Amino acid sequence: MSSLPTRRHFLVAAATVTVIPFAPALATPESLAAAIKEVVGEVEVRSGRVKLDIPPLIENGNAVPLTVSVESPMTDADHVKAIHVFNEKNPQPHVFNAWLGPRNGRAVVGTRIKLADTQKVVAIAETSTGQFWSASADVIVTIAACVEDVK
Amino acid sequence: MANVLINAPKTARKGETIEVKALILHPMETGFRPGTNGTMIPRNIIQDFIATWNGIEIFRMRMSPAIAANPYVSFFTVASESGTIRFRWSGDNDFSAEGSVTVAVT
Repeated sequence: MSSLPTRRHFLVAAATVTVIPFAPALATPESLAAAIKEVVGEVEVRSGRVKLDIPPLIENGNAVPLTVSVESPMTDADHVKAIHVFNEKNPQPHVFNAWLGPRNGRAVVGTRIKLADTQKVVAIAETSTGQFWSASADVIVTIAACVEDVK
Repeated sequence: MANVLINAPKTARKGETIEVKALILHPMETGFRPGTNGTMIPRNIIQDFIATWNGIEIFRMRMSPAIAANPYVSFFTVASESGTIRFRWSGDNDFSAEGSVTVAVT
């Protein structure tokens, strides 16, 4: 007798859970969102044009190769002014800010970063026309940076 | 004197886009790690990296503790005229280092 309401209740609960849309912009922790806002202000950040090359699975978070490339003609009128990279779970959300110009020819920046945990990395490109484009990548880290003892 | 490794083509055609890579030996101590005696190791990082071509800035980067030890940076630039690409790193504890490479543009 009592099994029917329970099942109905369960089905209602299950349906409620599944209708919550997946919203990546809201899933980022506060500090990451705050750091991004500091750079972009109130301008809308659109996804696209930016390619974030980072391995999806990393054994050692102490040196993770990362390359950000942005589609841009890199002319005086339309070029990438800056590339900003942020992370979600390191002690600080900033990774680096790089400033470029038409003299770069290609908007590509590569470096190696530290990742303290399995997390999301976000790259944002700022164009000379005032637009912001972004890409993000999820990275699984098995050995984190910053935790080992020194020598 | 800091150890610096720079890689760029020795020659380039005028207008060609070349890749430049620069690496410097530096611990990039984050300031978030406890040492063997339990106290935090003070932060010691490179904060700024600037590249100039014949004195004109072509690339600038602001680093955070999240940049791996021995910071490596690669970027592209258009070979405009023969000259010297000069790199300057500066950071905590008055750290400062320079490196340069010459490119012949034909």
